[in-house]
Amino acid sequence: MSAGPNVPGATPLLQARGLNKRYGRVTALDHADFDLYQGEILAVIGDNGAGKSSLIRALSGALVPDAGEIRLAGSPVAFRSPLDAQAAGIETVYQTLALSPSLSIADNMFLGRELRRAGPLGTICRMLDRKAMQRIAREKLTELGLMTVQSINQRVETLSGGQRQGVAVARAAAFGSRVVIMDEPTAALGVKESRRVLELILDVRRRGVSVVLISHNMPHVFEIADRIHIHRLGRRLTVIDPKAYTMSDAVAFMTGARAPVEVAA
Amino acid sequence: MTDIGSSRPAAQAFELVLDKGESRVAEFEVRARSPLQKLQHFLHANPTAVPAIVLLLSVAAFGFTVGSRFLSMFNLSLIIQQVTIIGVIGAAQTLIVITAGIDLSVGAIMVLCSVIMGKLAVTMGLPAPIALVAGVAAGAGCGVLNGALVTRLKLPPFIVTLGTWSIFFALNLWYSASETIRSQEVAKIAPLLQALGTPVNILGARFTYGSFFMLGLVALIWFVLNRTAFGRHLYAVGDDPDAARLSGIRTDRILFSVYVIAGVICSLGAWALIGRIGSISPQAGQTANLDSITAVVVGGASLFGGRGSIIGTLIGALIVGVFRNGLALSDVDVLWQEFAVGWLIIIAVALDQWIRKVSA
Repeated sequence: MSAGPNVPGATPLLQARGLNKRYGRVTALDHADFDLYQGEILAVIGDNGAGKSSLIRALSGALVPDAGEIRLAGSPVAFRSPLDAQAAGIETVYQTLALSPSLSIADNMFLGRELRRAGPLGTICRMLDRKAMQRIAREKLTELGLMTVQSINQRVETLSGGQRQGVAVARAAAFGSRVVIMDEPTAALGVKESRRVLELILDVRRRGVSVVLISHNMPHVFEIADRIHIHRLGRRLTVIDPKAYTMSDAVAFMTGARAPVEVAA
Repeated sequence: MTDIGSSRPAAQAFELVLDKGESRVAEFEVRARSPLQKLQHFLHANPTAVPAIVLLLSVAAFGFTVGSRFLSMFNLSLIIQQVTIIGVIGAAQTLIVITAGIDLSVGAIMVLCSVIMGKLAVTMGLPAPIALVAGVAAGAGCGVLNGALVTRLKLPPFIVTLGTWSIFFALNLWYSASETIRSQEVAKIAPLLQALGTPVNILGARFTYGSFFMLGLVALIWFVLNRTAFGRHLYAVGDDPDAARLSGIRTDRILFSVYVIAGVICSLGAWALIGRIGSISPQAGQTANLDSITAVVVGGASLFGGRGSIIGTLIGALIVGVFRNGLALSDVDVLWQEFAVGWLIIIAVALDQWIRKVSA
């Protein structure tokens, strides 16, 4: 295993080796490898059907691979559900956003990890601390510059696409202590909202959290990624340094028009 | 998080003009809405408003046409007594409907539990509290079967509970030998089973312990749905099960437990049923299945899941009760009561579809 050019010799924060996943006769992951280092932004690009989403789902616990190993900070982990990955500090913004439309913004931010009241009201009556959850949700959204919604108790189904994306990103950024994975976070957004999300990604990295960015938007990828993982036919084709290659090179690699010269970057 | 603005990444060329544009992001636009759209939005934000308005209007309408016979304290409290069973069973149904499921077996569970309670206490002479607990355990067992079939075998709730409806009803006929236990016998041997029928007179109004039991249950479920994580998860699972799963909710566990809880509530409904009718009959409560769905739907819940409230169901049950009572006092034939309730259901669902079309 050779480390990336930015971080020679370091142990990857999140690492996968030989991940396999088959659905009947379809091979979604074919001995896929993956390395993410501390505090970097790793872009994952690949053609449609290359297996990017399966790779991401395996790393975020939403898919259990048939074979292969995932290591977090050097020790092997086996995520059986998204809850396991969340507990390990890995948060994911799915392409579908995974929000519950009829619940409020605050409810959605804390879905699956609600805060309970202190004392017997919380422990015996299981009562939620709604005030605290609303306050924290408001703070997180304000940090994102998204707190222009009418109320934190507004149902998510009344929000626009960009606002929903903001809620999902804010949720991941607020709880991801080690890794934040974003699957096409700017696909549904306008130019201004996309810029805001890119700023947020850089901000997350500045806090020492690693970011995995799956995107089809080459200008965005080349602008903010430290390294680019190119996925092709269910496996990692190569990892390139965005400063050493052009967007055309990357597209040529991921579509198979050209074979990469150095396999491990 | 640190200040975002200080670290603006180098913008792409096409983004340079952005600074000249508006700097607001994802602002909530305030559009002019027609009065109809305003109403649609109001109803969307306040799902129990529709049934509440309908209830007030129907009470006013019957008060106007029937007069004091309808509006007397005695009659109004009688309506509450009449909807006790539907309120309890509807509460169980509400929890299931919120998860985008349906339970057609609720009525059969209730009757089976009441027969078990009666058989054990009256025929076999066991102490009444033990019979009561056994009945509740039977209700939980029925819920376990429903929940296991829905979550383990991944069968649609409609099919599962259609099947268990017949199964539970057949068990009920077999265990009871199709015989009714007379009210006098219950009163003599196991009065505890009739305890919820105990009347309470307040200022000319006549309630029973069962009415208060039903209202207490509604209050408890309101708390669970709105103030606990479990309640929020029920809505999330009904809304979008995939999103709920990705958010880390164990959706199967939630679904399984909701069917068990519904079974337990139905067994408590059985206790209230014995209090209401006095005797224990394997043929009682035949209409509870569909009546509970009526109450839930008229109360503004959506059969597609994720929307609905326990207060709405209580109001829904009261609306049906007011219609039945008011039409009966107007000397309208029972068949027209059914006719009216049928239209209520269809109008309620149509209204729900319209309200759901609200978008940002």
